Amino acid sequence: MVSWLKNSGKDRDVVVSSRVRLARNLSNYNFPVKMTLADMEGVYNDVVSALSSPEFTSFKIKDVPYLEKIMLVEKHVISPALIKKNEGSGFSMTKDETETVMINEEDHIRIQVLDSGLSLENAWKKADDLDNVLEEKVEYAFDEKVGYLTACPTNLGTGMRASVMIHIPALELIEQVNQVLSPVSQFGLAVRGVYGEGSKAMGSLYQISNQVTMGDREETIIKKIESIAGQISEKERMARKYLLENDRTEFEDRIFRAYGILKNARKISHEEAVRLLSYLKLGIDAGLIENNEINKLDKLFIGIQPASIQFAERKEMDMNDRDIKRADILRDEIK
Amino acid sequence: MLCDECGKNNATVHLTKIINGKKTEIHLCQQCAGKYTNLNTNFSIQNILSGFLTDVPGVEKNKPLVCRNCGMTYDEFKRTGKFGCSKCYSAFEKKVAPMVRNIHSHDSHVGKLPLKAGEALKSKKELEDLKFKLREAIEAEEYEKAAEYRDKIKEMTEGD
Repeated sequence: MVSWLKNSGKDRDVVVSSRVRLARNLSNYNFPVKMTLADMEGVYNDVVSALSSPEFTSFKIKDVPYLEKIMLVEKHVISPALIKKNEGSGFSMTKDETETVMINEEDHIRIQVLDSGLSLENAWKKADDLDNVLEEKVEYAFDEKVGYLTACPTNLGTGMRASVMIHIPALELIEQVNQVLSPVSQFGLAVRGVYGEGSKAMGSLYQISNQVTMGDREETIIKKIESIAGQISEKERMARKYLLENDRTEFEDRIFRAYGILKNARKISHEEAVRLLSYLKLGIDAGLIENNEINKLDKLFIGIQPASIQFAERKEMDMNDRDIKRADILRDEIK
Repeated sequence: MLCDECGKNNATVHLTKIINGKKTEIHLCQQCAGKYTNLNTNFSIQNILSGFLTDVPGVEKNKPLVCRNCGMTYDEFKRTGKFGCSKCYSAFEKKVAPMVRNIHSHDSHVGKLPLKAGEALKSKKELEDLKFKLREAIEAEEYEKAAEYRDKIKEMTEGD
């Protein structure tokens, strides 16, 4: 199951998780688009040996079975771009999955730190430390003016992308999402739905991240996102309170219907499950449902995705079988 | 007015180029303008990024810009949007710098420096750190602290 998600962290009732990602390249090798296989193996070995601590285990992407790769993407432990790579690419990760170093993805190195709740500062500290550990053994490509040199110009500068995942179903119910999220872009931040395409965010889960990587210090970017996510959390809590006070029956009906279906369904699609889990999570956070804890629900969002279900069953399944298995998992897990 | 190019038709397109403060005017007819200016507009998605790349005076068109370290051509970079090595940025700097400015609304990095960066870079960062703290102190109206930072900045810049 998902081990990096915990019950801890600030504003955990709204902010599910925080992530910091750093893009780095070595100065003595060409970047991935111009690399030979020998170069890629060189970078892989350099990075893996720089990380030689018992905490990290390294994998070559070609040695990881197909379902396991997608399951790791569903858990946010590695990126979708990495599993499209083959020979010469790989990753190192800690047992608790909170720290990952992806090797030869778009850049030579992508450091990623995950944490629960609103903990960007902590995630940045850990990423910064890991960056320093790596740099003791390798030489980074760096330009005095434009900073860390990355394959794509959109990552130049700090090479840092910091993001938080927020759950704002009550703001959605009172139709205030646009009003709350649209000013975010004025602060140089970007918003997108976590599941689903485009503007439609399945399960009321949104990701907020920094749009640009140059011109602000890492700490400034982190503080900005933390502050905005904190303010959105406050607004979401107000919306929950408003619904409880002014529209209690409708609010409870929605939540308990979702609870009922999740506890009893025999077959359920991914999309329906995400939508209902979102309401159940809201019910727990609003104090209406007591038998379940939110961290377990957050892990279910991840565990009911197609590859995660198949990985748990150790076999490939068609959509119908997955929908049946998904309902089984939900009935087992939800009390 | 007759066309500067063919001298036959009436000039209907008037171009003003200002390069390094030197102004030149060109008057062309419809047909010649088509040949002369290459005003083809192509708004396909992959060209949006390339759209940031402005042609820079002084860079010859027919001499392909190449990164000598990895062999990536500027055209290849424009197509893929990815640098081929750590030297590509400086090889294409003249053309890429305006694009970077467009993307980030800034043209220089502030923040973390590699530990192995030279001493000069480090003291420069220290100075930037102090300037940053000074700005913060002023914004927070902590004037005693601000004066302290100001003195340190003065000390460092005078020492040079």
